[in-house]
Amino acid sequence: MTDLKQGLHTNYMVLNMGPSHPATHGTVKFLLTLDGETVVDCDVEIGYLHRGFEKMCENGTWCQVFPYTDRLNYNSAIINNVGYAMAVEKLLGIDIPERCKYIRVITSEIARLADHFTNIGAAALELGAFTAFLYFVEVRELMWELLEGVCGARLTSNYIRIGGLYRDLPSDFKERVKKAFTKSRSLYNDVDKLLTKNRIFLDRMRDVGAISSEEAIAYGFTGPCLRSCGVPYDVRKANPYLIYDQLDWMVPVGEKGDNFDRYLVRMEEIIQSMRIVEQALKGIPDGPINIDDPRIRLPAKDYVYTSMEELIDHFKVVTEGIKPPKGEIYFAVEGANGELGFYLVSDGGGKPVKCRVRAPCFAITQAMPRMVKGGLIADIIPTFDMINLIGGECDR
Amino acid sequence: MSEDGVTIKRLRDKFPDSIIESHSFRGDDTVIIKKEDIVEVCRFLRDEKGLAYNFMMDLTVVDYLNIREEPRFEVVYHLYSLEHNHRVRIKAPVSESDCSIDSIISLWIGANWFEREAYDMYGIIFKGHPDIRRILLYKEFKGHPLRKDYPVQGRQPLIGPKN
Repeated sequence: MTDLKQGLHTNYMVLNMGPSHPATHGTVKFLLTLDGETVVDCDVEIGYLHRGFEKMCENGTWCQVFPYTDRLNYNSAIINNVGYAMAVEKLLGIDIPERCKYIRVITSEIARLADHFTNIGAAALELGAFTAFLYFVEVRELMWELLEGVCGARLTSNYIRIGGLYRDLPSDFKERVKKAFTKSRSLYNDVDKLLTKNRIFLDRMRDVGAISSEEAIAYGFTGPCLRSCGVPYDVRKANPYLIYDQLDWMVPVGEKGDNFDRYLVRMEEIIQSMRIVEQALKGIPDGPINIDDPRIRLPAKDYVYTSMEELIDHFKVVTEGIKPPKGEIYFAVEGANGELGFYLVSDGGGKPVKCRVRAPCFAITQAMPRMVKGGLIADIIPTFDMINLIGGECDR
Repeated sequence: MSEDGVTIKRLRDKFPDSIIESHSFRGDDTVIIKKEDIVEVCRFLRDEKGLAYNFMMDLTVVDYLNIREEPRFEVVYHLYSLEHNHRVRIKAPVSESDCSIDSIISLWIGANWFEREAYDMYGIIFKGHPDIRRILLYKEFKGHPLRKDYPVQGRQPLIGPKN
């Protein structure tokens, strides 16, 4: 047989994918070099959502950082709130009331659920499974309704405070969760049946975007993407914070580190997060939700309006900000995408000298070229989906 | 000063001349080293049995303008060991007159973007980095916005075909 390619003149084609492409949600650009449909080279351009998070934080008081953290990973804003609040609490060296820890765990896990539902739903949509997307958007809506009942906002929750919370859970929260989770479980099972053994879905996801555990570690992978390679690293287990060590839950791991394993890990984490929420709700104690220290946590409004000292404390906290001691700390929580670390530097004043966020998807996104090179251009879509790049978090 | 962790002790034994200072605040072990030795220290931390810091979790810079005298910058590395579940913070002071440090990309490929971001935001050159260019900002951006002397309301010249 003669070689059909003989004498045929071929050139690489350079293609801009994004920044406004339906699949590059979060605004990112891939500069692709293509040989036919095969990806020869890929350069990822991020930064389209850069807002100067750190610069803004350095020019506000410690408390004013919270709304900015909401906008990091906006799918699971409360986890960012918790991470930042706990970092400042570590810097201050204070402990928070027991009930507050439970509520932080409950709301964090509901936020994580919303994130995983969004991620899998969007991935399914881009691979053509529209039904799965609609089902998961419905579940996500249930999660957001729960969070709306807690803090009044669906996405940008701004719920956690240094040394406490904005407010307590609504009185009928347990019933609400029970109702929402019953519905979620039934929809989850439907999506599980629709996707997990679906031939088309499997063909698009299996063995695509695979990476070995050694490489994943060298790139700084954390979260579901690392666990899909078989490395059981979860900050909630490795360095337990809040009450995660008192609850019964497991860390799912994958085998191959490909997109399908990432999907399976996330699906299993949904189950585990629901278990965490239910256990925490069962064991939640009564008591205060804020620490009793007017230099850190704002005093109750009743006292502010009636007593001189509380009024002064309120005024000082609002205008000058709380004053952590001089020093620096790093504190990490398990975000929906992996290790979400906060590195804070204080000079003893009311404003942070440095408020750095270690964004999990920043480290993962830089391995995109490694994961898509040599594959087909269509494989970029599932790989990029399973990385779960969140522009707000990656670009800060 | 609290008692030092294993990492600080091992580093003091191995690199007595390159350690400037070490401390432990709120359980975070911190070692300040001379910037010339950053690659060697990191290699030791990564490969030495009993330490095995296999994760380069974070790399960033702090600008201490008006907070202390020279050296103005400090490059901060956060390492994590999966095997032993411990963390360490390595800091390397960098002066304004010689704004550069060796790249650790040969040890962790994941340092690539972190170093690019540090260059973008603080203007620190990472020697040996194969592709040091801006990452979050655009090519025409003037200055380095996270330096303390960059104004909060700083404006940038307009770019594009009309300008």
